[in-house]
Amino acid sequence: MTSVHTDHHDHDHDHAAIEQVDRPGYYEVMETAIRELLIAKGLISAGDIRHQIEVLDSRSPALGAAVVARAWTDPDFKRRLLADGRKGCEELGISFYDDTQLIVLENTSEVHNLIVCTLCSCYPRPVLGLPPDWYKLKPYRARAVSEPRKVLAEFGTHLPDDVEIRVSDSTAAVRYLVLPLRPEGTDDWSPDELAAIVTRDAMIGVIPVTIGGEAA
Amino acid sequence: MTDHIDQDRPGRGDGAAGDAHRAKPTSSAFEIILPALGERPAFEVGEAVSVRDRSPIGHYRVPIYLRGHVGTVVRIIEPVLVDNEAEGYGRNAGSRLHYYRVAFPLTELWSRYEGAPGDELHVEIFETWLERAQ
Repeated sequence: MTSVHTDHHDHDHDHAAIEQVDRPGYYEVMETAIRELLIAKGLISAGDIRHQIEVLDSRSPALGAAVVARAWTDPDFKRRLLADGRKGCEELGISFYDDTQLIVLENTSEVHNLIVCTLCSCYPRPVLGLPPDWYKLKPYRARAVSEPRKVLAEFGTHLPDDVEIRVSDSTAAVRYLVLPLRPEGTDDWSPDELAAIVTRDAMIGVIPVTIGGEAA
Repeated sequence: MTDHIDQDRPGRGDGAAGDAHRAKPTSSAFEIILPALGERPAFEVGEAVSVRDRSPIGHYRVPIYLRGHVGTVVRIIEPVLVDNEAEGYGRNAGSRLHYYRVAFPLTELWSRYEGAPGDELHVEIFETWLERAQ
C-alpha cells in the first residue's frame, strides 16, 4: 500500500511516496538471483552493469534522426547507409555494442516500411535507444504482421492501396531502421533543422515525418 | 594425381559460376580457390524457399506463423553470422552461415488478409531453417 509522505524534502507538493510495496515478481527475483550469482562468481561487477545501463541511456532517437537527416542531405552517405546500415551509422560514430547488423529501409512513394519484433522486442537500440512500451506489447507484435494497415490507421497513418506495406519482423541478428520520406517544402533546410522533425515513431514506420507535427 | 584441385565436389552453395571457372585451366592462383562448405550462400536472390516446419523445444528465432510457408529470397545478409539459436545453448563453434532476408506476400501468410494485394512481410532467416521450394 502507498501513503502520502510527510517527511519534507526539496519540493513542496504532496505525492504518494515512491516506494516498492509489492513482493517482487518471478522475473525480478530471477534477475536479482542471476545478477548476484554473476557478481559473486566474479564474472561481471556491479560497475559493469551500471556502465552498461549508461551505454543504453546514451542512445536515443536523436541519433537515428541525425542519421536520417544526413541521408536526406548527402546522397553518397545515403547510398552507403542503404548498402550497409551498420557501417553507415558507424561512420557517424554510433557503435553497435550489441553486435547486431542494421538494414536501413527506405520509404518511397511505392513502399512504406514498418518494423516489429513478433518474438520479443528486438529494436535498433544502438541508434534509437530503448523501444516504446507499445512496441513490446503483444497487441502490436501480433497485429503489425497480420493487419498492418489497421495498426497504421490507429496511429493516424492512412496509405492508399497502391502503396505497398512492407513489414519487417526482426527475429535474430538484424535490426531495422526506417528511412522516412523527406517532407516536401524542406529543400533549403539544414541537417539540424531536418533532424528536429524526425521522430522515433517515424523511424519505426508507424507515422510519416511531417512539418509541424500535423497529421498525415 | 596431379589434378585433384579440378575434381568437382558439389557442396553447399557451389553454384554454376564455380563450375564454370574450374572447367577451364587457368594460370591465376585466385581463380582456383575452393570455398569451404557453408562459406558461400546456399540460396540466391530471387530463389523460392520454404521455411522448415519443425518444432524443436525451446526458444527459436523463426516465428511459428512462418513455418511451412514459401517465400522469396530478396537479400543475402553479409557477412556470415553465428547461428544464434545454437549460441543460445552454448554451441556456436563453426556454426557461421548466412542469414537471408525472405519476402512473403501477406495474402499468402493470412488467408483472410484484408490489406492490399502487394503487402509483404520481410524477415531474416538462418540458412538451416530454409529449403528449396519444390
